[in-house]
Amino acid sequence: MLIGENIMLALNGLLANKMRAILTMLGIIIGISSVIAIMSVGNSISSSVTSSMEDMGVNNITLGVSQKSTSETATADGRVFMGFSRGSTMDDGDYITDEMLDAMKEEFVDSVSEVLLSESAGSGTAEDGSLTANVTLTGVNAAYLENEDLTLISGRTLTETDQANAKRVVLVSDKLADSLFDGNYDVAVGSEVQVYVSNRYYSYAIVGVYEYEDSSFTTESDNDVYTSLYMPLETARNQNHSTVGYSQLTIVTASGVDSASLCTELENWFNNSYYRNNDSFEISASSMESMVSSMTDMLSTVSIAISVIAGISLLVGGIGVMNIMLVSITERTREIGTRKALGATNGSIRLQFITESIVICLLGGFIGIVLGLILAAVATNALGYAAKLSVGGIVFSVTFSILIGVFFGYYPANKAAKMNPIEALRYE
Amino acid sequence: MKEKQNTIIDLRHIVKRFYVGQPNELEILHGIDLQVKKGEFVSIVGASGSGKTTLMNIIGVLDRPTEGEYTLDSVDVAGAKDKELSGIRNRKIGFVFQTYNLISRTTALRNVELPMMYAGVGKKERQERAKYYLQMVGMSERMTHRPDELSGGQKQRVSIARAMTNDPSIILADEPTGALDSVTGRKIMDIFHKLHEEQGKTIVLITHSNELAEETGRIITLKDGCIIGERKGSGALC
Repeated sequence: MLIGENIMLALNGLLANKMRAILTMLGIIIGISSVIAIMSVGNSISSSVTSSMEDMGVNNITLGVSQKSTSETATADGRVFMGFSRGSTMDDGDYITDEMLDAMKEEFVDSVSEVLLSESAGSGTAEDGSLTANVTLTGVNAAYLENEDLTLISGRTLTETDQANAKRVVLVSDKLADSLFDGNYDVAVGSEVQVYVSNRYYSYAIVGVYEYEDSSFTTESDNDVYTSLYMPLETARNQNHSTVGYSQLTIVTASGVDSASLCTELENWFNNSYYRNNDSFEISASSMESMVSSMTDMLSTVSIAISVIAGISLLVGGIGVMNIMLVSITERTREIGTRKALGATNGSIRLQFITESIVICLLGGFIGIVLGLILAAVATNALGYAAKLSVGGIVFSVTFSILIGVFFGYYPANKAAKMNPIEALRYE
Repeated sequence: MKEKQNTIIDLRHIVKRFYVGQPNELEILHGIDLQVKKGEFVSIVGASGSGKTTLMNIIGVLDRPTEGEYTLDSVDVAGAKDKELSGIRNRKIGFVFQTYNLISRTTALRNVELPMMYAGVGKKERQERAKYYLQMVGMSERMTHRPDELSGGQKQRVSIARAMTNDPSIILADEPTGALDSVTGRKIMDIFHKLHEEQGKTIVLITHSNELAEETGRIITLKDGCIIGERKGSGALC
């Protein structure tokens, strides 16, 4: 008998018992929709995290001074700590200096294209009378500013002269200009801005307004958002009274350079040249690439874990299908007897009931997919990520639905197939 | 030789035992010999417990005899496999049950199509043939109705149409009028006579009513698992 006939037969049977069919499908629907929703949300998060990390530059290497993890350190009172040396703080000699950077640029002239330097000067509030805006103060060098790829709306960017003379000039976001200068960017440029940070007021001249780009990581409301206030690197360092060097910096690799292997080379070079005799600190480098991949790994582990739980609900749904199939077969004993008397083979009876069970599971699966996609769209929207369909999840769901149908339909269908036609016909 | 070819049902020393090898072993049929010729209208009568139903199940290939030989339309049935038995039931036997056994979820037309579906007949031919046989039993106007929208007599007519669709060698009717009033039962019997006379169908009627049995060509009386009598009825052609 044709598969098409069996499908029609199954749909007919389901229509005859609508409520029962829906309740049976519910387990499958819940299971599939949660798998789809979780996989899609996971997909959306990981792809927007990846893309925003890529925006920051996958080929960038972060170089930082870190504590040696397996060093023996004697503390002030003479005790010796094995392992992680918690007690030590960075001294002047532990920082990365300008001399080191110059030497590094010479050594890695082919693979290092830029060195991005920045110095945080804290975060605080820019004020103008009663008007305020939250800001993060960052001192940056020319290369860093260029790498940020800002869109200037009004005024000019920071110049060589600004950098060299450590002028107290800043670039502010359009959001800040909106709050303090009522959106009048031309007035903002040339004005003074007062920033209250670390219990002190600092005053800077605004030279330019840049367009603030919403980062995917921020979830605060518009008013609370901290926008960057860029000033020359030396200005920030003067403000912090730090003159010795940097604890962290970013290196832009030249195109075609493998950032992962450059990481190792840089670490080795720095540690051999400058940190060999340093008991507590060493240089460690990591590339954005490795961070992206470890981030995606972590996210996919989480989604797999949750999917396993959803899979258990699918299993429960499958048991529900089996239960209902057994009931349905008992109810239709006479029908099975009649079919056998009319010439149905055991195989065609088995096929009929397996098809019915697959149809239940597939219908449930499709409803589940639709529901899951809606859930995923709502969830990603609420979390502020771009919705991304999980094709793998859909393929998995459809396949899994069919497998559940076959697996949990086989036993009841086989029971039906093996019925004795005489007893089945006599069944009341 | 000619006689042999004309024999459609050939039962030789059929014994049926239940619970074989168990302490409650029970022998229902004690060696039945029965031959039915092509085109015969035979009735099997007997009180309940006489083994009628067991004999019908064996003739209808729903059950196998414990001992004996059964040849149906020159096919050895006793040694056939399950799958072959399904095919024999499908093509050589048309069942008409006392309780109709129509599938309630679907229309009269689809019910009649069912045996052809298992025989692998194409959809178009199936519908044409189903309509033809429904018309023959006078049900062409109600073929889109579901069984629960039909009366008992109408249901039985649909099930006769269903029994006819694969043009079987025999029609096996088990108490076909048992659930019907006498007027409706009369009409159903008329259909059987029509099939017998006009189409030359071989019909085996199982009944406990002597009155109905009298109408058929040959009456076989069963008692306690043995054939105790055989005589010609009023419907005998010769």
